[in-house]
Amino acid sequence: MKQRSDLRVALFFLIPNFVGFSVFMLGPVMFSLGASFTNWNLVKSVPFRFVGLENFGTLFQSQDFWLYSINTLYFMLGMPVAIAGSLFLAVLLSQRLRGVVLYRTLFYLPSFTAGVALLILWKALYNPSFGPINELLNVLLEPVRAFADAVSAAALLRERGPFGWIAASGDALPFLAGLAEAQPPEWLASTRNLFALRPNAVGVDAAQWGLGARDAIIFMGVWTAVGGGNMLLYLAGISNIAPELYEAAEIDGAGRWAKFRHVTWPQLAPTTFFIVIMSFIAGLQGGFEQARVMTLGGPAGTTTTLAYYIYIKAFEEFQIGYASAVAWVLFSIVFAITLVNWRFGSRYVNY
Amino acid sequence: MSTTSAQRTFAAWWFRAGRFHVSHAFLVVFSLTMLLPFLWMLLASVKPQNEVELLNPFPTVWQWENYLEVLTHKDISFGRYYFNSLFVAAWVTFLACFTSSLAGYAFARLRWPGRDHVFKLYLATMMVPGVVTMIPNYTLMVKLHLLDSYLGLVIPASFTAFGTFLLRQFMLTIPPSLDEAARIDGASHWRIFWDIILPLSRPGLIVLAIFTFMGNYGSFFWPLVLIKSEHLRTLPIGMLFFDTIYGKQTNLIMAASVMNIFPLILLFIVLQKYLVRGIQLGAVKG
Repeated sequence: MKQRSDLRVALFFLIPNFVGFSVFMLGPVMFSLGASFTNWNLVKSVPFRFVGLENFGTLFQSQDFWLYSINTLYFMLGMPVAIAGSLFLAVLLSQRLRGVVLYRTLFYLPSFTAGVALLILWKALYNPSFGPINELLNVLLEPVRAFADAVSAAALLRERGPFGWIAASGDALPFLAGLAEAQPPEWLASTRNLFALRPNAVGVDAAQWGLGARDAIIFMGVWTAVGGGNMLLYLAGISNIAPELYEAAEIDGAGRWAKFRHVTWPQLAPTTFFIVIMSFIAGLQGGFEQARVMTLGGPAGTTTTLAYYIYIKAFEEFQIGYASAVAWVLFSIVFAITLVNWRFGSRYVNY
Repeated sequence: MSTTSAQRTFAAWWFRAGRFHVSHAFLVVFSLTMLLPFLWMLLASVKPQNEVELLNPFPTVWQWENYLEVLTHKDISFGRYYFNSLFVAAWVTFLACFTSSLAGYAFARLRWPGRDHVFKLYLATMMVPGVVTMIPNYTLMVKLHLLDSYLGLVIPASFTAFGTFLLRQFMLTIPPSLDEAARIDGASHWRIFWDIILPLSRPGLIVLAIFTFMGNYGSFFWPLVLIKSEHLRTLPIGMLFFDTIYGKQTNLIMAASVMNIFPLILLFIVLQKYLVRGIQLGAVKG
C-alpha cells in the first residue's frame, strides 16, 4: 500500500482536543516550571521578580518539606499490603465458586464510592471517644484489662505462688500495669505511629510508638483499594493465563501453592509491574483529600502530604511561585521513580 | 436458634455437592469487612443523635426524618448540589468523549508526520501530578474571569489525555480492512469516523463516559479551589461544608453521605459489566 499523509484531515480531527490539551495541560506544565523560579504571590504586594533557585533552596532547607515527604512515603507503606490483598482476593475470586459476582461487587463497592462522603464516614468511625471502632475495641479490651489486673494482684499477693516469678521479674509488673490501663488508640487525633517517628522533627522517639492518624489513614486506604481496580486487573490477568500451564503443573504434581508460585505469579508479572508503577504515581501525589476532609493535615502536621502542602501554599497562602516549586519537585520524584521502575521492572517481565 | 428444614436441606446440599470451599470463609469475612462501614452509616443515618454513640448498632427509634431534615436544611441546599454535580459531570463527559474520539481517530487511523511524537507527549502528560497543572489553570481562570462559574468547572476538565489514549487503543483493535473498503467506495474520513469507527468504538466510549462521569461527580480539588458561591457548590464541596459546620450531628452527616453515595451504588449495579471490562481495557498498554 502506498504511503500517504493525511495531515490536513488529521489536523481537523485533532484540533479540538489538542487546543484544550495545550491550554490546560501542556501550557500549564511549562508555565508552572517558569513560575517556580519566581516569587509570584497572588495577594501580597511584593514586587514580582525572578528569584532563580531561591524557592528550591528554601524548600530543601525547610524541615516541613522533609517531614511532609516522610508522611507521603509513610502513607505509601499501605501500598504493598493493598496490592497483596488485591492479588489474594483475585485468586480467591478466580475459582469456580458460587456467588463470585456478588463477592466481586461487594469488594469493589468501597473504591467505587470513594470520595468525600466515605472520608467523612471514616472520620466518624475513627472518632476516639464514641466511634464504633473504639467502642468495639473497648469491649475487647475490657477482659484484657481485668485479666492483667487479676494477674498482677495475684503475683503481688503471693510472691511464692504460681505467679511469683512475675513479681520477681523487673519488667513484668510495669508491663501488666500498662496492660491494665490499656486504652484504644486515639486514631486521627494522635501523632503516634508504628515506626515511632517524631511528629515535628526528623527522628525517632519511643514514646511515639502506637497507632495514630497516619496508620488510621493507611488502614482506610487499604480497605478502599484492596477490592478496587487492581483486583479487577489481577482477575483479568488470571483469566488470561493458559489453562495448559496449570494442567502441565498438575501433571508434575504441583499443589495449590506450587501452582501459584510457579504459574500464576510469574504469569502475572506484567500486571503486577503495571499496578506497582500506577500505585507509586498515585501514592506520591496522594493524601490531599484525606488531609483536607479528615484531619486538616494534623495532628502536628503528621498527615500533611506533599500534595496537601502544595494546596496550602498555593490556594490558602497564594504563594504561587513557591507552590509551583514544590509541585515540580514532586513531579520530578514521580518521574524519576517511574523511570527507575521502568528500567528495573521491565527486565523481569519477559516470559 | 432453630433451623427450618429448608435451611437444613440447603446446608446438606451445599456440603454434599462439594459447594463448600474454604475460600468461601475468606470471601465472607472480606465481604463483611467491606460491608460493615456501609451498614453502620445506613443505621446511623436513621438514629437519633444521642444513639449514634451507643454500641448497639440498631436504632431504638427509626428516625427517617433525618433525611427530610438534610434535604430541607436552611444552610445547605442538597438538591442544588446534586444538580450542579450532575450538570457539570454530564457536560464534561459529553465534551471529553467528543474531543477524545476525534483525537483518537487521528492517532489510530490517520498517518501524519510527527504523529507518534505527539502521542508520546500525550502519554507523558498522564504522569504529571494534577497539582502541577492545577496552579497555572487556577491563575488562568482568574485572568479569564471564570472563577466561580460553571464554565470554569467544565472547560479545563473536558480535554483528557487519558481519554484520547483509551480510545486510540480501542480504535486500533478495529480491523483496518473496514475503512479500506469504505474508502474504496469513496467515503470521506468524516463518514468513516462517524458511520464505522465511532459505532464500533461504542464499548470504549461507554467505558470512557463512565470513568469521566464518575471522576467528575466526585471531583474535589478543582471545585474546592474554584467555587466560592454557595449555589455553585458541587456535592463533594457541599458535603465538606456541611461536615465542617454540622460535624457534631453525625446522624445528619451520615444521612447526607448515604444520599451522596446511593446514586453511585445504583449506577454501579446497572453498569457493572462495562466497568469491569473498562478497567481491564484501560490497562492494555499498546
